[in-house]
Amino acid sequence: MSSRYFGQPVKRREDPRLLTGGALFVDDVHLPGMLHVAFLRSDFAHGRLNGVDVEAALQHPGVVAVYTADDLGDYWRPGPLLVPPPPIEGIVFHERTQVPLARHKVRHVGEPIAVVVAESRYVAEDAVAEICADIDPLPVVADMDAALEAGAPLIHEDLESNLAAHVVQHKGDYETARRQATRVVSGRFTYDHGIAAAMENRGVVADWDGREQNLRIWDTTQAPIPIRNGLAAMLGLSESQVQVIAPFIGGGFGPKIMMFYPEEVLLPWISMRLNRPVKWIEDRQENFFATTHERGQTHEAEMAVDAAGRILGIKDVFLHDGGAYDPYGLTVPINSQCTLLGCYRVPSYYSEFKAIFTNKTLVTPYRGAGRQHGVFVMERLLDLAAAEMDIDRVEIRRLNLLAKEDFPHDHQIIYQDFAPLVYDSGDYLPAVDKAAEMIDWQRFIAEEQPRLRAQGKAVGIGLVTYVEGTGIGPYEGARVTVEASGKVNIATGVGTQGQGHFTSFAQVVAEQLGVDIADVRVTTGDTREFQWGCGTFASRGAVVAGNACHAAALVVRKKILALASELLEAAEEDLELVDGKVAVRGVPKTAMTLGELAVKANPMRGAVVPGTEPGLEATTYFGPASGTTASGVHAMILEVDTETFDVEILRYVVVHDCGKVINPMILDGQIHGGVAQGIGNAFYEQLIFDDEGQLLNASFMDYLLPTSTDVPTIEGAHMVTPSPLNPLGLKGAGEAGAIPVGALFAQAVEDALSGLGVKIHEIPLSPHRLFDLVHGGGSQHGGGSQHGGGSQRGGGGR
Amino acid sequence: MKPAPFVYFAPQTVDEVMDLLRQYGDDAKVLAGGQSFIPTMSFRLAQPEVVIDLNGVEGLAGLREVDNGLHIGTMCRQRTVERSPLVARRAPLLAETMPSIAHPQIRNRGTFGGSLAHADPASELPAVVSVLNGRFRIRRQRGEDWVAADDFFISLFETAVGPEDLLLEVEIPDLAPGSGWAFQEFSRRQGDFALVGVAVVLELEGHVCRQARLALLSVGEGPVRAHLGEAALEGQPMGASLLQRVAEIVAHQDIDPPADIHASKDYRRHLAEVLTRRTLSQAVARAAAD
Ligand SMILES: Cc1cc2nc3c(=O)[nH]c(=O)nc-3n(C[C@H](O)[C@H](O)[C@H](O)COP(=O)(O)OP(=O)(O)OC[C@H]3O[C@@H](n4cnc5c(N)ncnc54)[C@H](O)[C@@H]3O)c2cc1C
Repeated sequence: MSSRYFGQPVKRREDPRLLTGGALFVDDVHLPGMLHVAFLRSDFAHGRLNGVDVEAALQHPGVVAVYTADDLGDYWRPGPLLVPPPPIEGIVFHERTQVPLARHKVRHVGEPIAVVVAESRYVAEDAVAEICADIDPLPVVADMDAALEAGAPLIHEDLESNLAAHVVQHKGDYETARRQATRVVSGRFTYDHGIAAAMENRGVVADWDGREQNLRIWDTTQAPIPIRNGLAAMLGLSESQVQVIAPFIGGGFGPKIMMFYPEEVLLPWISMRLNRPVKWIEDRQENFFATTHERGQTHEAEMAVDAAGRILGIKDVFLHDGGAYDPYGLTVPINSQCTLLGCYRVPSYYSEFKAIFTNKTLVTPYRGAGRQHGVFVMERLLDLAAAEMDIDRVEIRRLNLLAKEDFPHDHQIIYQDFAPLVYDSGDYLPAVDKAAEMIDWQRFIAEEQPRLRAQGKAVGIGLVTYVEGTGIGPYEGARVTVEASGKVNIATGVGTQGQGHFTSFAQVVAEQLGVDIADVRVTTGDTREFQWGCGTFASRGAVVAGNACHAAALVVRKKILALASELLEAAEEDLELVDGKVAVRGVPKTAMTLGELAVKANPMRGAVVPGTEPGLEATTYFGPASGTTASGVHAMILEVDTETFDVEILRYVVVHDCGKVINPMILDGQIHGGVAQGIGNAFYEQLIFDDEGQLLNASFMDYLLPTSTDVPTIEGAHMVTPSPLNPLGLKGAGEAGAIPVGALFAQAVEDALSGLGVKIHEIPLSPHRLFDLVHGGGSQHGGGSQHGGGSQRGGGGR
Repeated sequence: MKPAPFVYFAPQTVDEVMDLLRQYGDDAKVLAGGQSFIPTMSFRLAQPEVVIDLNGVEGLAGLREVDNGLHIGTMCRQRTVERSPLVARRAPLLAETMPSIAHPQIRNRGTFGGSLAHADPASELPAVVSVLNGRFRIRRQRGEDWVAADDFFISLFETAVGPEDLLLEVEIPDLAPGSGWAFQEFSRRQGDFALVGVAVVLELEGHVCRQARLALLSVGEGPVRAHLGEAALEGQPMGASLLQRVAEIVAHQDIDPPADIHASKDYRRHLAEVLTRRTLSQAVARAAAD
């Protein structure tokens, strides 16, 4: 069958609604009698909570209720551990998960202490200001090294130290490799905190209907089904009494899969208690403190290479800042540990990390989910080796790439999905060559750069590679139904946050059923529509749910053909499915519409024979044995103004391989968005904390996101190495764009400033930081930001 | 991020505004474009009991030519000033500066007088109006005042407009013939408040500087006039080495910039030097071309 939809750049069908304000977001849910919620959050990063006086707030006109931890009774309990530690020998892991409302202690700025329910959000905020929380500040643990020193204040006092986890993974014998090496390069590399800064903040509406005995929850979650299951259990309800709807969501990026946020746990409880609908919409300021952060690692790493520049081994020891609690387990640091190996052959590897509790907002995966750090360390080590051995930067990468014959490649360590880190497929050399050719690497270095430098322009070029473990299990499912109208309905459990699922899943199904894509309706993220599945994360939507849609479509296709074969008295092989009809090939007058068939499949008389089912419908699941490995190469040319230290990106090239592509336009969008986020991460965004754990830049005036004028045109090319692990040959693409940008930025900036001998071992950068690196200044942060309008002086929550 | 409760008035005349200001004094604040005021209320940094909305008040938004220059009403939107052919002709430095203020959406609401009355040390207009020798017409509870720019900006967010006063309009006098001018700033992204900005007007006679006015933003408590730099220019023939020397004087003697999360003291000094040199050369070139 020729492909009508699969692989085509079909325009995103959801966009007209999204772009004209016609889509439903959580904040669009207005229910009669709805109450509004605001939280009192800790102003202190660490403190003893002696008591909370809510009397004045309760008296405030328009306030319906105020709750503290003590009011929650048995409902107060630490959240679940979402991802247990993987089965790695000798692993140490201390589980300390977040609580709905602080009791006895506060552990980060913004931790919720009390919740006010009122007639409006305005009134709720007024009343929050009247709550008095009696807190004795405790010494703050803001710095990772200090956190582990003897006598450091303890964040969780029942633990011996602030160590959250200790993990060692290794293969081969690094010490031997080191002895045999011609050269060993090393460095200390840091990657600082940032936030996902989704356009839409989090929000929850909960509506307990006492008559129906039903709880409906609209939630900006990336994982509606696990949320439903968890809340039902916590609230003592049957799963069928709880409906969680994740409608359109303005960006997820990971933090919205952190499940059982305090607000998510409290709103349903409040609604049941008051028997009224309640709404909480996180505001931008809260988002900086109450939604999880990412990044925050320091690596001491070294690489042993032979005389030709081949990697003999790598040793990496790092600290991972996990924030105050660790409900998401070790996903982020394990990703860093595994992704460091990248596209390369690394015969020996010793990697050890300590995850640390600090008095900061919790760290959970955010687009890239720790992979950035690993890629940064690996690529910087290669650059160091290239520089010391006078090897071209592209050449040293080509030398060390895994070859086509090396796949599947077993790195002999354990990945975040608990399976051994095995790359299913890949073909890296052509991608590197393609990117080098697109950016015109050799000519730029030989001709262009010397010419521009002679004009006084500090231009630099960079090229880096990365892999991305994507499409992990356990499974997703989909139900495909042909309705009597001939229209096709797809339901799947994953939530959607802008990835284009309404288009790409429809393409997959339309392809098999031969229907017009306009006749395919997609529902995602509503537990009443589909109740088995996990969620949208780890670049898995297309791979796992997409293949489930495909599998369900195949079963429905089979049902269509079987029924039509019976009705048309023709062999299935002689039938074709085109334009919403099934017909004997070459005999158009035999055509029956799928709608007619659907009616026949749902007879009003006679019987449905045992072993068969009514309707043209199928529910199917797909669970990959392990993740697929996508990969790519980014290259850029930039110019640094050596007076102001501003950086202008002149060209940006992405060569990307995520196997077969459902929709290249959507894929490009994913890559572009990722690169934009990566650029933000590399040069604009940084959460700046003072020694007291106060965030100094909790607004978009001071936390700088890249805007359209800061993101260049991205020149892209796709390579296709289909994954053998799923029928459609897909690999994930959601996070790819964001992963290597820091490493690339560092390399290209270092190249541009090569005359000045600057070494870049950190991300993010900024003009200010480049100035310091060149002029040897330290950092001398003052407090807050200088100007007035809208900026929050002195940091702190409310 | 919702403002605390306040009482809202929407007067229609300046007299009504003045009555309200007298009645409520310190408890009241006037609302112009709201682009600085509303965010501070949302953060609850400002919690005025009374908000007096100027948007419906007659006669505050004019932009007209007078004999010696322009009169710009306090409620004239920043975008109107930016797009005005009159401004482009008679106050080109102002026209050149306007696009550096925030983003078009904000300039559509933000007012000329609001920015000046707010006196954020990081904003462009106070520095530019200072080097243009602007004058401010202030309505007081008793009568009116014309105040020169040097006396207008007092300190951080503080001007000659008292709590019971209202800024009415700003006079921007014409430049003397043979003047060169320039404005440059460095900000992280288009539309951000600048880390440092420099505005300059030079009056040249041949190659010699008769008068220089130089002001910087984001380096102090308000617009900072670089008097030592100005003195070093006046009476001197213009040349690259002089401009560099003046830039150093400005950066190291005229200003004592603050450090914050976006820029250290040293980096601000460095930027001030670079931008001073760049604006001076541009102004000299323009004066020569005039
Ligand atoms: C994202 C963003 C970026 C920005 N970037 C910049 C920038 O780069 N440069 C810059 O200069 N500004 C910037 N601003 C601020 C913007 O220019 C404001 O519009 C301006 O500072 C205030 O003008 P307004 O009319 O909005 O005044 P308002 O916000 O309404 O008022 C500001 C203050 O002035 C007082 N006031 C206003 N009018 C009068 C009057 N006639 N008499 C007495 N008091 C008065 C008010 O009471 C209030 O205290 C930015 C704002 C935002 C939101």
